[in-house]
Amino acid sequence: MITFATVWAWFTDPANWQGSDGVPTRTLQHLEYTFITLALALAVAVPVGAWVGHSGRMRWLVTGANAARAIPTLGLLFAVSMLVSPLFTSGLAFTVPSIAVLVLLAIPPLLSGTYAGIESVDPAARDAARGMGMSGWEVLTGVELPCAMPLFLSGLRSATLQVIATATIAASISLGGLGRYLIDGLASQDYVQMVAGSILVALLALVADLVLALLERFAVSPGISGRGQSVSRRRRLRLRRGRARDTAASVKNSTDAPLSADPA
Amino acid sequence: MTWALDHLDEIFSLAGQHAWLAGLPLLIGLVISIPLGWLATRKASLRTGLLTVTGLLYTIPSLALFILLPPLLGTKVLDPVNVIIAMSIYTIALLTRTVADGLAAVDTSTRQAAVAMGYSTFGRFRAVDLPLAIPVVAAGLRVAAVSNVSIVSVASLIGISQLGYFLTDGYARSFPTEVWVGIIACLLLALVFDLVIQLLARVLTPWTRVTA
Repeated sequence: MITFATVWAWFTDPANWQGSDGVPTRTLQHLEYTFITLALALAVAVPVGAWVGHSGRMRWLVTGANAARAIPTLGLLFAVSMLVSPLFTSGLAFTVPSIAVLVLLAIPPLLSGTYAGIESVDPAARDAARGMGMSGWEVLTGVELPCAMPLFLSGLRSATLQVIATATIAASISLGGLGRYLIDGLASQDYVQMVAGSILVALLALVADLVLALLERFAVSPGISGRGQSVSRRRRLRLRRGRARDTAASVKNSTDAPLSADPA
Repeated sequence: MTWALDHLDEIFSLAGQHAWLAGLPLLIGLVISIPLGWLATRKASLRTGLLTVTGLLYTIPSLALFILLPPLLGTKVLDPVNVIIAMSIYTIALLTRTVADGLAAVDTSTRQAAVAMGYSTFGRFRAVDLPLAIPVVAAGLRVAAVSNVSIVSVASLIGISQLGYFLTDGYARSFPTEVWVGIIACLLLALVFDLVIQLLARVLTPWTRVTA
């Protein structure tokens, strides 16, 4: 029977916190897979997404990647692992196919986030940047990418969640990480271990999402996020003060005009 | 191919099960997220609160949710009700934002015209705001349908039968054909859902096809 007490007992049992099957090791493994996957997926998705968004060419890449999201993740894991595993003889036979699938799954949200972010940049801002003499590269890095930040980061958030969730499922094709508690618990009918593992996975996902939400607050330029009313109010104030200064200056100029005109 | 033809009966019965597990939550989720989305458009603070809570629910990985629900609800692990509830939670998480966005996108002048014509608050919501939000809501529903079909197959890991059975069984028997049949059947089912939602949205919004 599963109760709060039995789950609590699992979490307070020191045996579950040490060794290669302990919570710290499993959590670190899970994080490791997530970071490796995201790094690989970012390396592919950001340049491609930025290029498609910037040039407006090959949009079918984004559409195609989005359509590929309909493929059931579990099926993709099994199919790729059956195709790839025989090629490796060492322990890599289990890790490589899983990471490959995780990368495949992380690319679509990152790609469409980057693309949509750049696509949604106000054409007037882009034209102004060009008019100021910026090169295509400068427009991309100085204007389009900062403006694309909010949508890119929401793509990063959904990619991260996707990877954490699928890495859990990948325990069924022998990947390590927190998913082991769920799959091994299932195999040995240890329901308490499954519940404890599920709580850990859910917590990891929540914490990751919160960290990225915080990142969003710091990484997005306040001019774009319009963060809080305070920013826009401050800007409005500055504008009003600026206008007041302008009026004062023009009044001053008009009174000064005869004097200043004299020496000339 | 011959394997698929030999197992057509099984494929159809599991596809029916799959459609049920993925489709019913779409209806439940839609029915719940319409009032939630409406609440979110009423007040900015409500909007932030609702969208934060539903967003957090959406972060819980599916396999973990399938396992956590039974002890929370007092249901049996193999009860399909767990899957229905889990999928409803994901649908609500996706749709609340979409419904709120769709309602907020209704033109202010249209809304004012409806008020001037004497619509009550509820009458206006039912006859003006909600129908005009259908295209946006349908778009969200399509995303939810595709993701539901994909996530439901994960439930086969804990032994709930639907198309995902072909995936786990094919893998366990090292029989790739069965896995591919399962993948293709899932994709076709997702496509059917997508087409049905598009068709319904088209039928419900005849005014979008009027050309001057």
